[in-house]
Amino acid sequence: MADAIKNMPFSGIRKFFDVAKQIEDVVSLGIGEPDFDTPWNIREEAIYQLERGNTIYTSNAGLMELREAISVYMRNNFSLYYRPADQILVTAGASEDIDISLRAIVNPGDEVLLPEPCFVAYKPCILMAGGVPVVIETKAENDFRLTPGDILPRVTNKTKAILLSYPTNPTGAVMEKTDYERIANIFLERDILVISDEIYAELTYGSKHISIAALPGMAEQTIVIGGFSKAFSMTGWRLGYSCGPAEIINAMLKIHQYILMCAPTVSQYAGVEALAGGMAGVRRMREEYNARRRVMVNGFRAMGMDCFEPRGAFYVFPSIKKTGLSSEEFCTRLLFEEKVAVVPGNAFGASGEGFVRCSYAASMENLREALRRIKSFLRKLANEHGQ
Amino acid sequence: MSGAREDILALLESNSRLLPEDLAERLGLSAEFVSGELGRMCDEQVICGYNTLINWEKTNKELVTALIEVRVTPQRGLGFDKIAERIYLFDEVKAVYLMSGGFDLTVIIEGGNIKDVAYFISDKLAPMESVQSTATHFVLKKYKDHGIVLEKQRKDDERMIVSP
Repeated sequence: MADAIKNMPFSGIRKFFDVAKQIEDVVSLGIGEPDFDTPWNIREEAIYQLERGNTIYTSNAGLMELREAISVYMRNNFSLYYRPADQILVTAGASEDIDISLRAIVNPGDEVLLPEPCFVAYKPCILMAGGVPVVIETKAENDFRLTPGDILPRVTNKTKAILLSYPTNPTGAVMEKTDYERIANIFLERDILVISDEIYAELTYGSKHISIAALPGMAEQTIVIGGFSKAFSMTGWRLGYSCGPAEIINAMLKIHQYILMCAPTVSQYAGVEALAGGMAGVRRMREEYNARRRVMVNGFRAMGMDCFEPRGAFYVFPSIKKTGLSSEEFCTRLLFEEKVAVVPGNAFGASGEGFVRCSYAASMENLREALRRIKSFLRKLANEHGQ
Repeated sequence: MSGAREDILALLESNSRLLPEDLAERLGLSAEFVSGELGRMCDEQVICGYNTLINWEKTNKELVTALIEVRVTPQRGLGFDKIAERIYLFDEVKAVYLMSGGFDLTVIIEGGNIKDVAYFISDKLAPMESVQSTATHFVLKKYKDHGIVLEKQRKDDERMIVSP
């Protein structure tokens, strides 16, 4: 087996999954995927395309119709302008975009800045691309936003790129325009490329999502990654896309055509329908997530836990430092003693230690039950300390 | 533009059992404000009632539903409102809508059996002076009502219990 892979650990989430799946009647706040069915208009369109026999490869870059729809969507929603012909690539999910965007730009030994806590796949993808991940720890006191003071000490002459992801899995943090304005110059002055994974863009609460690529000069050095999984509840369809400078998209296309040919064809047709007629469904789901988000934040705060208000994605990231337990101890005990699954924060990077990720992609009923059980667990811990 | 009222109503329309404090928490509003708005909206007849959606087919109660297309002669000065009122005041009548197109009123009525419904139409509805004609359609099966699928297939949550 290849040494690089042999030495690569499975993700902390996977480890925890192996434990959790053995226990019955678990209420899970550990799930990183939407709990809604894909809206019917999208599924119905896919069925129609199957009936018509539209099951052959599409062009490598994806159906032109879909690229055009993505172009319009990016323009209307995020003021980003991309040519369907050579600045948009349709992929088999944003995970593929992360992989091939890194492989397209990283030379061996290039450093890639990685704000943590973050999605578990970023670091391995940087390593597999031959890059060197340079971790930036974002902090709870900054609402897990990225500041110039976080970035500058980590920049060297080998810094090639930074991998951003706002709204963030696992923290639910977002960046506002002013936050980006404070850091954009660092990248512009040093020609640092930005890979911006915006898979949770549609799940932003209380304000509109903003992409770093919308800042002056940034579009020329940013790859924006988007996808259908989270916004349209289409995880299993495997459909994502990258938008960026033609030169980089072309390099990504080269990798994509050799490893995948094209994204799943039926999914691509479904994607066209999603963008054409699925926005009402997105709004409906966002409103439901928002209601659950409030219930979760209020619930944790009412128990006396420190819980910063997440403004995106579908996670809350409360601190468990007061309990004196490590993230893993907390999660393991909560799982065995109260049968609630949450994910240890350190699965998303060392700076996630002292936190747990709770997904609210679950029914309101399950969320309330989980909150009840967590409350009883905390009471038990408090009693232990009292003794 | 939808405001707090519309947000409250949208939630209540999908679940009328939500309490003011539930609504408040979900929408990030205060419970006092939501209670106040609910009271005002009842007074203003924005909220006209709270029903329970029942699939009577699963009970022992016999029930026949019919949709009747009614053509009427509107009255000078009153339009369709007067005749609509004469129809909707009957208890059997569950809904009355003024329509555009080939007929004027949709009347939905419920009865214990076909005879009840037939009696209502032949003895009450059709003889009304303004009613020109009726066309009655019996409902054979209700699949979806008020936005809710009545016999929804239950699906287990098959997602992985923990995932990235």
